[in-house]
Amino acid sequence: MTSTVDTPADAPRTTPPSGLVAVARAPGWARYALLAVGLIVAAWLPNGLYPAVAVDILCWALFAVAVDLLLGFTGLMSFGHAAFWGTSAYVTGLVAIHAGLPFPLAVLAGALAAAVLAVPIGYLAVKRAGIYFAMVTLAFAQMVYYVANEWRSVTQGENGLQGVPRELFGVDLTDDYYFYYAILPIVLLGLAAAWRIVHSPFGRVLVGIRDNPARARALGYPVHRYKLTAFVLSGFIAGLGGGLFALGHRFVSLDVLHWTTSGKAVIVVVLGGIGTLWGGVLGAGIVVRLEDWLSFSGFEAIGLVTGGIFVLVVVLFRRGIWGSVAELAHRLAARRR
Amino acid sequence: MSGFAQNTFNGLVSGAFYALLALGLAVIFGMLRVVNFAHGAFYMLGAFGAYVLLTEVGVPFWAALVIMPVGLGLLGMALERAVIHRLTKLDPLYNFLLTFGLTLILQDLVKLRYGVQSSPYATPSLLDGSVNFGLFDFPTYRVFILGFAVLLCVAVWWVLTRTRIGMVVRAATERPDLTRAFGIDVGRWVTPVFGFGIGLAGLAGVLAAPMRAVNPLMGADLIIVVFAVVVIGGLGSIFGSVAAGFGIGLVQAWGEAYLSHFPIVSQTIVFVVMAGVLLWRPAGLFGREEAPA
Repeated sequence: MTSTVDTPADAPRTTPPSGLVAVARAPGWARYALLAVGLIVAAWLPNGLYPAVAVDILCWALFAVAVDLLLGFTGLMSFGHAAFWGTSAYVTGLVAIHAGLPFPLAVLAGALAAAVLAVPIGYLAVKRAGIYFAMVTLAFAQMVYYVANEWRSVTQGENGLQGVPRELFGVDLTDDYYFYYAILPIVLLGLAAAWRIVHSPFGRVLVGIRDNPARARALGYPVHRYKLTAFVLSGFIAGLGGGLFALGHRFVSLDVLHWTTSGKAVIVVVLGGIGTLWGGVLGAGIVVRLEDWLSFSGFEAIGLVTGGIFVLVVVLFRRGIWGSVAELAHRLAARRR
Repeated sequence: MSGFAQNTFNGLVSGAFYALLALGLAVIFGMLRVVNFAHGAFYMLGAFGAYVLLTEVGVPFWAALVIMPVGLGLLGMALERAVIHRLTKLDPLYNFLLTFGLTLILQDLVKLRYGVQSSPYATPSLLDGSVNFGLFDFPTYRVFILGFAVLLCVAVWWVLTRTRIGMVVRAATERPDLTRAFGIDVGRWVTPVFGFGIGLAGLAGVLAAPMRAVNPLMGADLIIVVFAVVVIGGLGSIFGSVAAGFGIGLVQAWGEAYLSHFPIVSQTIVFVVMAGVLLWRPAGLFGREEAPA
């Protein structure tokens, strides 16, 4: 009974590939222009927003890209990515507190821990596809949450890890403004890695598996191994985000492992556009900014708004922002031809 | 020996809640291919509704036991017509996300009005006290829950296997297109079945009110465990979901009792069992490998 149930009927048909295709077909200069705009916005961000919010956006951008790597390019909706985000947050925090290492090493340790955790969870989860995959990942993430909640000697339980230092060879990074620029290279590296994965031969196989797992298997690709590899890579990138998030807040609470965090990551991706990679970055910017504004204005029921976004996006706006814009640009280009 | 019986009994009682919720999830999934994340929220609404009815309107438990499931079932039907229906043709993931969003909204609406603290709900006086089974005493209310849940599961099983409606639902669950080809209007049953599943969740909530803390978050954590339960049982199998519900209740209670120096065991054992089932029978204990459509 080792065969699985990911038949074509079970396979996700989530992605409108047109968005991806449109971007890929955009002329070279347009892509470079977009990249330039993106880099300029990234360089300017903490001047236009509270630096702390800008830091959050960077972390969530990594998280979203990690989730999209699975959802958009492998056809797997992980509803338990908080497990990797949160595990890395705790490990990063613990390493930073107890080992006094420079913060990039602490983050690396956290992301590696997340990747290691992703191996068994991924191994079990890829045995199911579609909606079951979402349920299985959600369940395992909840297990990690319970373990962290019980293991108080390490995680401090409900109190959380406090006073996570931002050590970098004695450079003073207590100001969020400077910290933003300190982590920006790491974030860009993570995003570039995701881009590289998607556009590698490996990434093309993932898309092939997404679109037709049975055919990919018939062609001789070890589908499970590919999915698992994608899962672990995604866990690592989510871990990078989670580790930086811990440093950004200098505090780690159980929230980082909660199922609402997993759900928020998915909706950030759907809002930005599934299978667009950079859409998730946009989605992260919007959701983080909105939540900050809501909590600042003293609105208590943030779930009401996030939940509302969920419902609206899923009912009316399944293509997401990036997907819609890419589609529009593609149509305009087609008309001109 | 009496300790073992006590633990077994408690396990069956908490299993009854899993079974009722899993049963609702399974019939909804069978008919609509929707995994309803909001199932836990409706369970919470059932409990909260009973609490509000009692404290603010003075409606007793027995009336709430009828009013809440019917009311929530109707609400569920309206919801199915209004939004879920639009998404059933798409990938099931979209409805999962939609119902996730609904969960956040429902939770926060209740939180906004009543706060997050837990509210006590008095056990109905008729069911106060305990029943003596020779060697040991059991709280009457728990005996009532167990009996009620078993009766309900048997009734659902009877409807599904012995009536025409049940036959249509089962046929539509397994081969929707073929059923349609036989001239049966499958669409007609979709909304009532969804309402029925939601009603079961509401009923479980009312039953839980006197036994568990009534608060806005009571459903969310439970539903994730129920997801694990249906993965274990096989979501496509209604019998499997119910059996896994009771089974997990038992395993949890025994784990709690006999591995009590590891408090983590009772919380995580369900996920360990799920991991084992995924290794051994990925389609679930009672699930079958889905035929390619």
